[in-house]
Amino acid sequence: MNKKEKSVLWKQHAAGWVFLTPATILIAWLSFYPMIQALFMSFKTGSSARMKWASPFFYNYARMFKDKLFITSLKNTFLYLIVEVPIMLILAILLAQILNNKDLRFKGLFRTMVFLPCATSLVSYSLIFKSLFATQGLINTIFVNLGIFKENFNFLGTPWTAKLIIIIALIWRWTGYNMVFYLAGLQNIEYSVYEAAKIDGANGWQTFWGITVPLLKPVIVMTFIMSINGTLQLFDESVNLTGGGPANSTITMSHYIYNNSFGQGVANFGYASALSFIVFIMVAILAWINMKVGDTRD
Amino acid sequence: MTETTVKVKQNKSATQRRLIPSYIFLVIWSFISVFPLYWMITAATNTSVEVARGKIIFGTYAAKNFQHLLAAEPLWRNLANSFKYSIVQTVLCLLICSLAGFGFELYHDKAKDKLFGILLLAMMVPQVATMIPLFRMISKMHLLNTVWAFILPSISTPFMIMMFRQNSRNFPIDIMEAARLDGLNEFQIFYRMYMPVMRSTYAAAAVITFMNAWNSYMWPKVVMNTDTSAQTMPMLIANLAAGYTVDYGMLMMGVLFCSVPTMIIFFILQKQFAEGITGAVK
Repeated sequence: MNKKEKSVLWKQHAAGWVFLTPATILIAWLSFYPMIQALFMSFKTGSSARMKWASPFFYNYARMFKDKLFITSLKNTFLYLIVEVPIMLILAILLAQILNNKDLRFKGLFRTMVFLPCATSLVSYSLIFKSLFATQGLINTIFVNLGIFKENFNFLGTPWTAKLIIIIALIWRWTGYNMVFYLAGLQNIEYSVYEAAKIDGANGWQTFWGITVPLLKPVIVMTFIMSINGTLQLFDESVNLTGGGPANSTITMSHYIYNNSFGQGVANFGYASALSFIVFIMVAILAWINMKVGDTRD
Repeated sequence: MTETTVKVKQNKSATQRRLIPSYIFLVIWSFISVFPLYWMITAATNTSVEVARGKIIFGTYAAKNFQHLLAAEPLWRNLANSFKYSIVQTVLCLLICSLAGFGFELYHDKAKDKLFGILLLAMMVPQVATMIPLFRMISKMHLLNTVWAFILPSISTPFMIMMFRQNSRNFPIDIMEAARLDGLNEFQIFYRMYMPVMRSTYAAAAVITFMNAWNSYMWPKVVMNTDTSAQTMPMLIANLAAGYTVDYGMLMMGVLFCSVPTMIIFFILQKQFAEGITGAVK
């Protein structure tokens, strides 16, 4: 190898690094570095200008276990997670499976309509659902006219229905989004695999569990992680659909953290950081479990 | 008609009959998906009283609702802000993340694969956790209420880098060698060959990034809090709904203005979007 060839190879090698440098620096600077700062801040108290180390050192972390509102927000967030994510993902897989049938007509039209909710902003759909389920809203009008309700029902002013509406709204907004990923995954599976299963006498149910689910597993794990991550960080719906109410009964963790740092005139940066670190740990643990579960089935 | 074509036809109608439950399910779900949006559009054309009374057909009050909206909120300014932030964020994010995806996949070695694994960890970092330190950082740099405050945390995301990296697997590596023999340097390969070949990935990435930027709410609420002239569309409609008495017709007119841009972009780039996602989950 002569000198010229060496320098060409070196240039290629250097180019590879040059390409990924901006992205790497930005992530380190705007994601990892603030995360470390948040960790330090979570052990401090005081307003934003003059923060000092908390005493005792774990003050902020000890405080949250006695904080009833935080416990409520934690319970709410997990309720949304446990109820909404499985229903949404099963619906999404079902829709993808149906839309992947090559004999189906109007495929494009159905796909567009199923995806359409994802093109609306989170604030927009929160306000649409808020208006639909208002005491003087359309749903009430329909139910009263059909004779199901005697008088208008305050959906958003009743804790359990308010929670239910957040869950319904979430399913409406995100099912199509996840369906797109499953559909893409299904289209990467060769059709011949299904033909072979048919010849072996497998029925639809067996084909689904024996072929579709195992082959889709990486996509399923990915959508699970995305959904868990998104649900643990719910904010827009809690703020705009219910305002966290009635009486904070639907508030999410992100909403509560925001209230502690930027909303409601308090700048409790130390305590808010400690709370947000808990969210980070939960996201990390759940993502890790998910990846492990994804691995062992191999 | 020959016997075989009759048979094929019968087979076809039999298949369609078996698909009836699928059609029913799809029609129901499509209705559920579309109805709230249809209702939003009709509500924008009716008076608040008509909306409350449950009118679900188009009315004649659209112009009035629009006038009221213009009088109540600086619609054009917020619309322009939202477009500005979203376009700048989309362009920069696509450039930075596609460069990284290109570098990680087509120049990959052990060190780069390790680095990629580390960057992926940033996916687990929740927005609320970095919100406070980032706010202080941006405040110190005197960038609050600027386009930079809006875009900086979102122009390099592990999800986008991963998407470009996955899709780059379909990029024919042989043509890189050919291009080098033709005297193209590495940057020329990127913008003359990689960028055109990866069109559908760019389209999918653009749809996702633009929508995320347009829809973001918590972060702008944090960094655009002190200057109303820097605020965005989602903030505007949230303001509209915050009062004690809500004018539903006007509110839905605002919601309509906030929703139409992302819908148009999705409709235009729909096909490329699906292709890009298909490449990403391979």
